[in-house]
This record gives sequence, structure tokens and C-alpha cells, in this order.
Amino acid sequence: MKPEEIERMRDEALAAFAAADSLDALQEAKVAHTGGTSPLALANREIGALPPHAKAAAGKLVGQARGAVNKALAGRQTELEAERDARVLVEEAVDVTLPYDRVPAGARHPLTTLSERIEDIFVAMGYEVAEGPQVEAEWFNFDALNIGPDHPARGEADTFFVEGPQGGTESGVVLRTHTSPVQIRSLLDRELPVYVICPGRVYRTDELDATHTPVFHQVELLAVDEGLTMADLKGTLDHMVQSLFGEGMKTRLRPNFFPFTEPSAEMDMVCYVCRGESVGNPDRPCRTCSSEGWIELGGCGMVNPRVLTACGVDPEKYSGFAFGFGIERMLMFRHNVEDMRDMVEGDVRFTRPFGMEI
Amino acid sequence: MRVPLSWLREYVDLPATETGRDVQAKLISAGLEVETVEQLGDGLKGPLVVGQVLTIEELEGFKKPIRFCTVDVGTANGTGEPQEIVCGARNFQVGDKVVVVLPGAELPGGFAISARKTYGRNSHGMICSSDELGMGDDGAKGIIVLPPETEVGKDAIELLELVDEVLDIAVTANRGDCLSIRGVARETAIAYGLPLRDPALLDVPAPNAFGYPVQVSEPMGCDRFTARTVTGLSAEARSPIWLKRRLQKVGMRPISLAVDVTNYVMMELGQPLHAYDRNLVQGTIGVRRAAEGEKIVTLDGTERKLHAEDLVITDDRGPIGLAGVMGGANTEIADHDNLENASTDVVIEAAHFDAVSIARTARRHKLSSEASRRFERGVDPAAAAAAAQRTVDLLVLLAGGTAEAGVTEVIAPTAPHTITVPANHPDKVAGVDYGRETVVRRLQQVGCDVYGQDELIVTVPSWRPDLLEQNDLAEEVIRLEGYENLPSTLPKPPSGRGLTHRQRLHRRVGRALAGAGYVEAPNYPFIGEQVFDQLGLDADDPARRVVKLTNPLNDEEPALRTSLLPGLLGALRRNDGRGSHDLALFETGLVFLPREEQRVAAHLPVDRRPTDEEIAALNAVLPEQPRHVAVVLAGAREQAGWWGGGRPGGWADAVQAARTVAAEAGAELIVRPGQYGPWHPGRCAELAITVDGAEKVVGHAGELHPRVLKALGLPARTCAMELDLDALEQVGDGVPQAPSISSFPVATQDVALVVDKFVPHADVEAALREGAGSLLEAIRLFDVYENAEQLGDGKKSLAYALRFRAGDRTLTVDEASAARDAAVALAGERTGAVLRG
Repeated sequence: MKPEEIERMRDEALAAFAAADSLDALQEAKVAHTGGTSPLALANREIGALPPHAKAAAGKLVGQARGAVNKALAGRQTELEAERDARVLVEEAVDVTLPYDRVPAGARHPLTTLSERIEDIFVAMGYEVAEGPQVEAEWFNFDALNIGPDHPARGEADTFFVEGPQGGTESGVVLRTHTSPVQIRSLLDRELPVYVICPGRVYRTDELDATHTPVFHQVELLAVDEGLTMADLKGTLDHMVQSLFGEGMKTRLRPNFFPFTEPSAEMDMVCYVCRGESVGNPDRPCRTCSSEGWIELGGCGMVNPRVLTACGVDPEKYSGFAFGFGIERMLMFRHNVEDMRDMVEGDVRFTRPFGMEI
Repeated sequence: MRVPLSWLREYVDLPATETGRDVQAKLISAGLEVETVEQLGDGLKGPLVVGQVLTIEELEGFKKPIRFCTVDVGTANGTGEPQEIVCGARNFQVGDKVVVVLPGAELPGGFAISARKTYGRNSHGMICSSDELGMGDDGAKGIIVLPPETEVGKDAIELLELVDEVLDIAVTANRGDCLSIRGVARETAIAYGLPLRDPALLDVPAPNAFGYPVQVSEPMGCDRFTARTVTGLSAEARSPIWLKRRLQKVGMRPISLAVDVTNYVMMELGQPLHAYDRNLVQGTIGVRRAAEGEKIVTLDGTERKLHAEDLVITDDRGPIGLAGVMGGANTEIADHDNLENASTDVVIEAAHFDAVSIARTARRHKLSSEASRRFERGVDPAAAAAAAQRTVDLLVLLAGGTAEAGVTEVIAPTAPHTITVPANHPDKVAGVDYGRETVVRRLQQVGCDVYGQDELIVTVPSWRPDLLEQNDLAEEVIRLEGYENLPSTLPKPPSGRGLTHRQRLHRRVGRALAGAGYVEAPNYPFIGEQVFDQLGLDADDPARRVVKLTNPLNDEEPALRTSLLPGLLGALRRNDGRGSHDLALFETGLVFLPREEQRVAAHLPVDRRPTDEEIAALNAVLPEQPRHVAVVLAGAREQAGWWGGGRPGGWADAVQAARTVAAEAGAELIVRPGQYGPWHPGRCAELAITVDGAEKVVGHAGELHPRVLKALGLPARTCAMELDLDALEQVGDGVPQAPSISSFPVATQDVALVVDKFVPHADVEAALREGAGSLLEAIRLFDVYENAEQLGDGKKSLAYALRFRAGDRTLTVDEASAARDAAVALAGERTGAVLRG
């Protein structure tokens, strides 16, 4: 076994690999130069027949040659695969900007998701979500809330009345005009202290127009505990508007009158758009707050002790606060909804952009 | 309540620089909702003067009558010569005093006056109407004719008080006292820390026996009745300019002197008054409840049938007034335009009526008046005598009348209201340390008498009947100390338990359906009963039993929904009409199902907690209000695009939506062929659950009946699903259990079974599952195939892939095949399925 011959075999193999211009050609060269009948394989087999003293040198010689050949083969294989891949992957390129709206996305209604967003703020504080019926007994909707039989709010003007037995007008049942009856139900059903948030649909006999709807949504909050104060009410409101509209937001209370709270207040929040900077500043008018600096939110106050009494809660020991506001109104100013009708007509073009959460 | 700043200043010495806006801010902070501040005479610039008409020449040949006038304006025009003015109005004559605006002046609204040629003459100014001066309604059309004694050349801006600011206040139901200048002045005085000149502090003669006879037989309804008489009113007397102007500014129309005076005093003091023509009243004036069916014609000319609870004023003939609401036509004081019959003697009534009684009467007769509005909200009973006196004084002064010496006062004695309150109660309500001194000072400011140290005994003023309890007093202190000064603290609620299972389910269902491409569309619950016919419900379908409203917004929709479909299909139709044709909508919401036996809900007491039985009885009257979920589909469910064709939404999507909801609820849903009103009889799935071992139908899904589509104007092949979500929630398995996951290899076997066409897949699959036993890991239907030639008439082939796996070993082919054979055998036994060769 001559070294020159082994080197020749090696060189021929290397040249064949280098010359292979495709993976198929390389495969042929591989069979020819490394297969079982290739010269180097045969040479390797001959080593066994050599005298013992020559075996080591011959083995080394052939081994080195085969090592070099295999390495070259692997190298060329990698090169050719990379070339192939580069070519094929270019051929397989697509237009990634094509749309794929095969099943258009669904969405939840923003009134639902905004209400949930508000619930979550209070649930995180330890409040629980309470619910009640929408067709409600007058006692829950009015009497227990210190709205006596002669209060103007009980008149025909606002309330949908349910027909009585045999089509009579007296049923003692109405479509709830606010979420406040859930306050009563919560105080009757739950152990004290009570901290609840009550979202839901309410009804008033207003014709649908750009700013009114006979069916709308409120969120009501009620806290009854020992030692609660108006300062706690203020702090809770501040926390809510900060959670919904960002740091630095605050609320303002203005005296008002509601039968179920005493003292009572109207609550405003700082305009989250101009933060009050549009006031007296004609160069920077604010559409959201009409350059008033404040946005009206709703009503609030300390739970009237009469309400506590009607629920069997001792007003000497417990006090509470409550507030309520309309979700539609908040949706309008938080998301620039211009017409109330957009929220009630179920047009998919309105609802889709709101997605799953807001 | 409209409050002119000029009138307010009469009782409170506000700093001269204080504007309406400033007062507004102060009053808002104190709790009066001042909605706007109207700037009267904004942009008005003189010269605007009193003139006297010297000559009138009627100009002919124009479309409307035109006058060319000369008017003496004194020296106001600089020359002293008569001013030549063309005028289109006709309600004045030579010698009348009028208001003249001269060239160079500007009227409200930026209307500049200059000399100009019109109707062929030169006009140097204008003779003005009240409209042009922004004065409000004076009851007369045309130009203003001033009283003859008015001085020519005088500045009319000052004379007519044209420049002023008017606060418009939305008075809350508890603050009847602020329906008067007096009440608002008191709040203003407190807000500024200034003294109040109370216009009700008048010298009033003591009552005596010579006054007009009055008999109050209903002292509960009328605890005070003052009557005064003024005689010899001049028939020619007119309300002076200042009086008219003040009435106009508060939004009232001047009518006649006697009426104007009573209105003026009502605005000033808050006490409603009534003036009777004494010559038309016959005998004693009485106050009593009406007899049922008794009648009266009120001042507005309406005949009203009275109710036994109505409080009436009477004379010998019967009712002459609806007490505290409106007077009667039969004793009305005559208008001065009718000089012959003008009233010269009047009886003035200043009475105090029960708020609730007046409110009920006003509501019963749908008659809200300035008087009833005040009585309902609370009038100061102690001011009645002063108001009567003020009226008498003005009639004497302005109409040349004589006050009769007789003073009638009928008073049912009442004790002033006192409240005992701990001195620190306001502090505890507010969460602020005001201290006793502040509390006492603030209560005294609103007019309370306060005694005591730690425990205060507070007597509330007669004009604040709304101050009844401790918290009412706390509110007075807190509002005067400023709501804006309340600190902001957070309470510490106990740890909550988060959302309930049911609340989380509602959110999950919404997300799952939205995730599947449905858009939420909440609808009004109002329906008309004809929709049940349109939906093809049977005549005795329980869903036809509805809760009805007595006062629906729309008479066509007087009932509440028993199904979500009418509303949701309406939304689908609306979207379709607006050009969105590929639609998938969902709604979750309450439906309203009346009780078997309808009863009237009791009015429970409010002075204690109702008993559990009382609450349960009340709840039992309310309709059941389960929450439903529904979807509707029309058009393409999958869009066509570069990827290939689209796919229309179909019955299977509707059924799948039900499965999606049931999966969220963790409820086992039974889907089987069904037939129900709105749905296509061959494409309707009945949806059921198992409750306590019994199956209960909870909804339907599928394609709608073509008749329903036609009746409701819906797109072809519209599909729908509706489910009782509450029922699903009740059977839902709250806690999902983990399966055991085997890592041994799977053995897959496919079977194709031939069955009769109407055998439901669900039955075949159930049999396969049961027959295959515990080695079956999963089963999936992968093909449904009908071919009469290959399978025979009325047959179909169902192809299933079965995956077998054991938890403890690798299955042998024999084991898997045995399980498959058992599955096929049971399916054959149960459904007649035959393995396809």
C-alpha cells in the first residue's frame, strides 16, 4: 500500500466533492468515494491482510485520508444545502401584508365592558358586586329609599309602571328607575359591614334622542360600616376617577338634595382632557367639558338614617355613603361618543372597535 | 327661580364690584344650583330716551301700513328739534310717551342704529318694542307706551332697568324657601357673611274680629289663613314700570295691577297669595275638603271634577278655589281693560296649606302652578301675615286703595320643630373636626335657635321645614363650611370574595362569544304581542304570557320580552338595512315571566326592617327574571378572500354557539332534534340539560322558519339560538377536573357506519363511546356521506376516528380491535348501524 496511492484516492475524492454542483451530484460522488466499494474502503479492507508491523502505519495513512474525505464531504454538503435553501426560500416568499379576516372579530358592548372595568376597581378594594331584579317592587325602588308616596319622582313623569292583576293599574311594581333598590336588597341580605357595587340596567320614561334613552345603565356604590364619613366618600370617589382617568384626577362635591342621602351632593370630576386649563382660556377651548373644567358625574351622599332604619340597620351605630352615576354618560365623555342612539342601536360598526375590554 | 341681582342687592349689601358670576360661584358652593347668569342688556348702548309723539303721518302705497312720526326727545338729540322717525307699529297715538333709540346707539345683539332712508323718508332712530330691548314678555305686541307722567328726554336704560344680571337657580325639592328673593337673599347673606334686611319684617296689625269672615273646617290641611280687604282700587291704576320690570325679569308676564302685586309679593316673600273680587264672593270664605264629584271651573277655564281629598276654598255657593293650586273663575278679579267691571274691592288671601295635600291635588288634576310648586316644597307659615300686609301696602300705594281695619287670622297652633343633636354630630358625619363653636355659629346663621353644650337643642326656623333630623343639621354645617374643604380619606373594607361564580360566568360567556366572532348588541326589552304571531308561537305557548306596562313609551310595544329574539333580530335587521350583511350578534339579558297568580305588591313599613316573610312575599309578586343568552346569524360566517371561498353562517353555527356557552358554564348540554315556533322544523335543535335526573329543555338553536323570516323581514337563512343561562349556571360543574394523561402510544382505528338518514349522529356516537369502554380516549366524526347508489335509499354513512390508549401499558392491536368491535356492536344494537364493507 503506497502512500502516493492513498493520497491520490484522497485527492480524487476531494476534487469530486468540490466539483459536485448539486446535492444529487454530491450524493453520487459520496457513493463513489466513500461507499463500500470505493477505493478508500477497499484500501481500508486490505489493511487486515498486511503483516502486523505494517498495519499501524497503513491504518494511520488510510484513516487520515478517510477523515479528510469525510470532512470535505460534510463541508460541501452544508454548502450545497445552504445554496438550495436560499433558492427555495426565495421562491416560497409570500406577501405577508395580505389580510386574513376570514372570521371577522367579535366584540363586547362598551357599556358592558366599561361597567366591568368600574366593578373591578372596587372589587380590588374589597367590595362585592351585588345585583337585583329590573322589575322591582315599589317598596324597594321608592319607599325604603325614603321616597314617600307623595314624592314627585313617583309621579307618572319618570317611572314605567307595571300593570296589575286583571289589567289593573295598581301593581306596586315598576321598572326600577335606578340601581338604588339593590342597596336595600344588599342591606337586607348581607352581614354588616356592607361594601357593594351595584351595576345594572334602569328605566325611565324618556324618549330616545341624542342625549336620552329610556333604558340605561347605572353603577351604584354603597358602603355601610361603623364610623364612615363624607371624607371617606370623597376619597373613594377620588380613587375611582384616578383609576379610570389617571393620576392627579380629583372630584368635587356640590350640595344637592336626594331623599335617600343626607347630606347629599352632586359630584363632578376634573375634566380629564384639559384638566381645567380651558377655563377662561379661549385659545384652548375644551370640547369634553365645554371649557367648564369639570364634568358632572352623578349624585352621592351619606346614606339617610331613615334608609338604614328601613333595612333594620341601627343608624346610631352605623353610617354609610352611596353614590351612583350613568354609564352611558361616562362612555360618552370617556370615548367621545357623540350620540346616545349609537349605544342602543346595536350597530356592529359602533361596537367592534371596542373589542373585549376598555 | 330667576333672581335679578338688582333685586337681591336690595336685601344684602353686596360689594359693588361683585358680579353675577361671583355670586353664582358663592351660591353654588353653598348648595344652590345656579345654572346660568343671564346678562340683560348685554351690548346695549345709548342714547335711548323717553320721547313724546308729536305728529303721525300715515304713509300710503306700501305693503304694510307705515307711519312717519315726529317725536319730542327733549335735548337728548343735541338740537331740541323733533326727531323724525319711520315706524311700522300702530299701537300708539299722538301724545303717547314712547322709548326712542337715537342714531349712534346699539341695541342688544349688536344692532347698531343710524340715520337712514326708508319708505322714502329719512328715519333718525327707532321707536322701540320690548322685544327689541330684550325685556321679555310684556303681554302686549308692539311698541312700549310709557305712563303719561314719564318725563321726556329721560334716559330709558335707567328708567326701564334694562341692564341687569339674572341668576337662574334650579331649586331642589327640599328648599321651597329659595323659591323667593327673600330665601335666596338669606343664602347670599350667609355665603358672604353679611347681614340680611329681611323683607318679611313688617309691622303687621294684630288680628281682630272685623276682618272678612273665614271658617277653616280642615285645620290639618290649612293651619293658617290670613284675610285682608282693600277697597276703592282705582280702575285706571296700572302697574308701575319698576314692578312690571321685576316681574319680567323673574319670568312672569304683567297682567293687571292687583294680579301683578300678588305675584310680586309671592316672588319677594315666597308666600302664594290670592285676590278675590269682594263683590263676587258670597258670604264666609271657608276651607274644607271637597265633596266627591263636586265641580269647579279654575282660572284657566277648565272645569274640574273634585276628589274628596282635594282641599277647596268656598263661599256660600260652594268651591271658589282649589286651595293652594289655583283660584276659581267665579271670583276672578276683572282685567283693567274692562273698565266698566274692573274690581275695586279685593279680599287678599295669604294661607298656609299642607304640602302633601297640595302635591296630591296638583298631581291629580295635572295642574302645577307657581303656588302649588311652593306649597309642595314648603312655604314659611310665619310670613303669611307679612305677605298680606305687603300686598295691602302696595295696593294702597299703587292703586289708591284703602286698607280696611279688619284683619282676619285663623291659626291652628303648632309648636316650632326642635332637634336634639350631639354637638359633634356634624364632625362625625363629615370626618372633620369643626368643633362646637363652628357648629353652633353655622346653625344660627341659617336661622336656628341653639341651646346646650355637648347636646344641642336646636329650634329650626319657620322657613326651613326641611330641617327635620340630625343629619339635616349636619348638612347645613358641612355645606356652609364648604364641601370643597372636605378631606379625602379611604375606608378599609373587609377583604371581599371577588366576583361570584355567576358573575364570572356572565363575563366568560360574553368573551367566548365575542372570541367566536359575535358582536354584543343589547336591546330594549319592550315588545308588542304581535311579535309572537310573527315568531309562529302556538296560541298556548307560555312565552305569550307577558308582563305589561301601564304607561309604555310606545303603545305598539306595551309588554316586556319573554325572549331575547325579538330585540336581537331587530338589531340584525337594522344592521342589514344599513349595509352590514354578514352578521353574527349576541345578547345576554333578563327576560320577564309573569307569575301564575298575579298579585299587588305590598307597601311595607319603613320604620323597621320588614320580616323575612314580608320580604319573601314581596319577591314572590315580582315576575321571574332569568338571564338568557341568544345569538343570531345572517350572511357569511367566513368571508371569501384570496384564500378561497367563504362560508355562510348556518344552523350548525347556531348550535355550536350553544355548545360554546354550555362549555363555559361547565354544563352538559343535550342537543337533539326538536321543533319549536320560530325555527325551521327540519333544522332546529332542542337544547336540554339534566336537572336532578330529569331532562329539562333550556333552549333551541338552528335555522329560522322561512315564514318567520318573511314576517319579520329578515335575510334568507337567518339562524338563531337562545338559551336559559341561569339554568345552565345552576347545573354547571364549578371546578374542572384534570384528566389523567397517559404517555403510552395511541392506537387509532377508523370506522364507517351506515345508518338510516334520520338517526342522529349524537345517538351513534353515544353508543360507540359506551361500547368502546374505558380504553377509548377520544372519538371524532370526520365524515358524513349520503349516496343512494352506494348506500341505499334513506341511508347515510358516518365515519369516526377512534383513539384508544391505556394508562398503564402499550395496547396491542388485538385489544384496540376488540374495543372497536364492541363499540360497533353496541352502535348496531342501539341505532341499527352497520359497518361499511
